[in-house]
Amino acid sequence: MAKIIPEKTPMAEQDPKERIRNFNEVPFGYTEKEAILEAQRCLQCPKPYCVDGCPVNIDIPGFIRLVAEGDFLGAARKIKETNLLPAVCGRVCPQEEQCEAMCVLSKKFEPVAIGRLERFVADYERQAGKAEKPAIPRPTGHRIAVVGAGPAGLTVAADLIQKGHDVTVFEALHALGGVLVYGIPEFRLPKSILQHEVNYLASLGVDFEPSFVVGKTETVDELLEKYDALFLGVGAGLPYFMRIPGENLNGVYSANEYLTRSNLMRGYLFPEWDTPIKRGKNVAVIGGGNTAMDAVRTALRLGAENAYLIYRRSRKEMPARLEEIHHAEQEGVQFRLLENPVRIIGDENGWVKEIELISMQLGEPDESGRRRPIPIPGSEHTLKVDTVVVAIGQGANPLLISATPGLKTNRWGYLEIDPATGLTSRERVFAGGDIVRGGATVILAMGDGRRAATAIHEMLR
Amino acid sequence: MPRIVEKEVLAPGIKKFVVEHPLIARKRQPGQFVILRVHEKGERFPLTIADSDPERGTVTIVVQEVGRSTMELGLKEAGENILDFVGPLGKPTPIEKYGNVVCIGGGVGVAEILPVASALKQAGNHVVGIIGARTRELLIFEEEMRQACHELIVCTDDGTYGVHGFVTSPLKEMIERGDTIDHVFCIGPVLMMRAVAELTRGPAIPTSVSLNPIMVDGTGMCGACRVTVGGVTKFACVDGPDFDAHEVDFDLLIKRLQQYRDEEKISLELFKKKLGNMAVESSQAVAN
Ligand SMILES: Cc1cc2nc3c(=O)[nH]c(=O)nc-3n(C[C@H](O)[C@H](O)[C@H](O)COP(=O)(O)OP(=O)(O)OC[C@H]3O[C@@H](n4cnc5c(N)ncnc54)[C@H](O)[C@@H]3O)c2cc1C
Ligand SMILES: Cc1cc2nc3c(=O)[nH]c(=O)nc-3n(C[C@H](O)[C@H](O)[C@H](O)COP(=O)(O)OP(=O)(O)OC[C@H]3O[C@@H](n4cnc5c(N)ncnc54)[C@H](O)[C@@H]3O)c2cc1C
Ligand code: SF4
Ligand code: SF4
Ligand code: FES
Repeated sequence: MAKIIPEKTPMAEQDPKERIRNFNEVPFGYTEKEAILEAQRCLQCPKPYCVDGCPVNIDIPGFIRLVAEGDFLGAARKIKETNLLPAVCGRVCPQEEQCEAMCVLSKKFEPVAIGRLERFVADYERQAGKAEKPAIPRPTGHRIAVVGAGPAGLTVAADLIQKGHDVTVFEALHALGGVLVYGIPEFRLPKSILQHEVNYLASLGVDFEPSFVVGKTETVDELLEKYDALFLGVGAGLPYFMRIPGENLNGVYSANEYLTRSNLMRGYLFPEWDTPIKRGKNVAVIGGGNTAMDAVRTALRLGAENAYLIYRRSRKEMPARLEEIHHAEQEGVQFRLLENPVRIIGDENGWVKEIELISMQLGEPDESGRRRPIPIPGSEHTLKVDTVVVAIGQGANPLLISATPGLKTNRWGYLEIDPATGLTSRERVFAGGDIVRGGATVILAMGDGRRAATAIHEMLR
Repeated sequence: MPRIVEKEVLAPGIKKFVVEHPLIARKRQPGQFVILRVHEKGERFPLTIADSDPERGTVTIVVQEVGRSTMELGLKEAGENILDFVGPLGKPTPIEKYGNVVCIGGGVGVAEILPVASALKQAGNHVVGIIGARTRELLIFEEEMRQACHELIVCTDDGTYGVHGFVTSPLKEMIERGDTIDHVFCIGPVLMMRAVAELTRGPAIPTSVSLNPIMVDGTGMCGACRVTVGGVTKFACVDGPDFDAHEVDFDLLIKRLQQYRDEEKISLELFKKKLGNMAVESSQAVAN
C-alpha cells in the first residue's frame, strides 16, 4: 500500500483581503489533478465507515474510486444514485460531523476530503453539460403536490417525477430553493448552481408554482381534492428574537431578513437592484450557527469596519460548520465569545447606537450536552454598534399548520410524523425537513424527502 | 404571470389596476393584501386588495405613487403582466354584527376601507363612512363608498370639497353628540390613524386600524414588519395587518417606516434619471 498522505489536498480559495470586497464564491474547487490526488488518499476500506456518517449513505469509496480513475462523469452518476444535489452538499454539509468524521483516516490524519471531491464531481458534470436524463416511465396518472421548494421538497419532486407521477411544487416565495436561495449567501453557494438544478427538474417535467402560499392561496384540504398525496417541506422559517429591550429599534434585523434582503433580493447590489439593506459600519451578529456566520460575513462584505460575532458559549460549542468559522476568522470577524446581549440601546431617532453585553461563564452541561452559559453578575459592558442581526435560531412558522385542521405538532410546533414514512397525522399528507426536525441540515432534509417519496410511491401503487 | 386587464387613473398619482388571478379572487376577504414585484430587480411590496370578482377571476388594487416601486407599477398598462403577485395575505378583518360602525379612510386608505365597509354593511351593521383627502382632486371612490355605507361624510384638508378639515372632526362631533358607535375601523396615513385612536380612547370605543409597516416576504419569515401592540412584538403580515388601535405603538411604526429614507431617495433619483433618459430616447425615436 502506498504511503498515506497525512493532509487533505488543499483547495485554492480567494484571498481573504480580496474576498471581503465581493460576493463571489470563496473556494475555487479542485482541479482535475488535485481531485485525483485527493481521491488516491482514500484507502477503499472494505467496511467504509464514512458511508455510515453520510445521512443518505452515498457510496463514498465507490465514487472516489471512479474519481481516482479519472471517470468523473461515472463518479457523478454514482453519487446521484443517492444524492440529488451533490454540488450543494459538497459545499454546505457539515462534513466534519458526518462523512469525514467517520473516515478511518481521521483517527490519525486528516480525513479524505469527501465534500471537496463531491463538489468537484458535481461541478465537473455541470460544466461538461453532460448530466444524463433518466428515462421517465409511462405516466401513472397520480398527482402529487409538494409544498415548499427547499431541499426536502426538491428531493421529493425529483424522486416522484422519475417514477412517472405528475408533480407540482408550490412555493411561497418568487424563487425556488428554500434556504439555499434566500438564506445561504452567494459567496458560499452560487445561485447559478441551484438554478441549474431547478432547471434540470423542470426539464424532467416537474411543474413549479412560485408565489403560491399554501394555507392562503389555497389550503391543504383544497389541494387534497386535486392531488393524491401532499408533501410538506415548508422549513422552519420563523425567526426567533431575544425578547430584550430595544429589539425593534431601526437597524435591528432578524438574520432571515438580513440574509433575505441581501441574497434573495440582491440588496448587496442596491441601487441597481431595488431592495435596500443597511450597510452598517459596526455590526453585531448574535449567535454561533451557520446562519450567524453567513450574516456576519455578509456584513463584512457590505462594508462593515467592525463585524462582531457575539456568542454566549465558547468556540468549542459553536454549531457552525468548521470551515465557515475558519473563513470568518480569516476575513477578520471579531469573535466575542462568552458574551450575551442584555439590551439594545437606541438614539433619539430610534436607531441602534449601542448594545449592552454581559460576560458569561460555562457551568454544567445542559440537555444538549453542551456546558450551560451562566451570566457573571456585574460584568455588563457596552459595545458601539449601528446594526444588530439576531441569528439565534428559528422555529416552526405556524401559517400553514394553523390553516390545516388535524395536523399534529409537538410542543415546539414542529410536525409529528411516522419516522418510517414521513406520514403526518393527516391521511395522504407527508412531511420532512426542518418543519419536522427544527433547524437541521440540507442533507437531512433531503434524506427525509427521499424517505417520504418512497412511502408516497408505495402508497400509490 | 398575472395580467393587468384594466387600468384607471383615479386621481393624480393614484391608479387602479384590475389584475387576473382567479385563485386570489376566489379566496380573498376584506382586509387582506397581496405582495407584488414588478420586475426582476424590483422590490416586493404590499398592496391591499380593494375588490375582487370571483366570477371574472380578477382582483382590484389601488396604488398611490410615493416612491420607486409604486411608480414602476404605475407605468404598467392594461395587457401587461405583473411579474410576481402573491396572496391573499394577512388576517381578514373580522366582519361581525357590531351594530353601529364608523369606517374611516384617508387618502389611498379609502380604497382599503371600501371592502371593509361593504362587508360590514352586508353583515347587517349600520355603517357611517368618513373619507378624506388633502384636496378635492385626490379624493377617490366617493361613489363606491356611498354605496357601501348608509351615510357618508367627505372631508378635504383644504376645504375644496365637503367638510373642511381632517376626518377626525366629524368623528369628534359624533362622539360629542353622543351617537352610539360600537366599532371604528380606520385605514390611512399613520398620523391619521393615531389621531383617530386618541379620539376613541377616552370613550373606549373599540377601534381597529390597519398597519402598513415595511414588509418583505409577507408570510412571517423575516420579521421586517414588526410592530408593538400592547407591549408585545407582532408580525403585521401574519398577526395583522388589523390591530387594536388603542394598543398600537404608533411612534415606533413611524420610526420604522423611515428606516430606508436615504435609500428610497437614491432609488427614486436613479429612477427619475432613467425615466428622463427614456423620455429623451422616445422623443428622439419620434423625431427620427
Ligand atoms: C442562513 C442559513 C445557513 C445554513 N447553512 C447550512 C449549511 O451550511 N449546511 C447545512 O447542511 N445546512 C445549513 N442550513 C440549514 C439548511 O438550510 C436547512 O436545514 C434546510 O434548508 C432545510 O430544508 P427544507 O427543505 O426543510 O426547508 P427550507 O430550505 O426552509 O425550504 C422551505 C421552503 O418552503 C417554503 N414555504 C414555507 N411555507 C410555505 C407555504 N405555506 N406554502 C408554500 N411554500 C412555503 C419556503 O418559502 C421555503 O422556500 C442553513 C440554514 C440557514 C437559515
Ligand atoms: C398591508 C399593507 C397594505 C398596503 N396597501 C396599500 C394600498 O392598497 N395602496 C397603496 O398605495 N399603498 C399601500 N401600502 C403601502 C405601500 O406598500 C407602500 O407605499 C410602498 O411599499 C412604497 O414603496 P415605494 O418604493 O414606492 O416607496 P418607497 O421609496 O419605499 O417609500 C416612499 C415613501 O413612502 C413611505 N413608505 C414606505 N413604505 C411604506 C409603507 N409600507 N406604507 C406607507 N408608507 C410607506 C416612505 O416612508 C417614504 O416616505 C400598503 C402597505 C401595507 C404594509
Ligand atoms: S452528502 Fe454530505 S454527508 Fe454525504 S457524503 Fe456528501 S458531503 Fe458527506
Ligand atoms: S473511510 Fe475514508 S478511507 Fe475509508 S473508504 Fe471512506 S473515505 Fe475512504
Ligand atoms: S414581512 Fe416578513 S415577517 Fe412580515
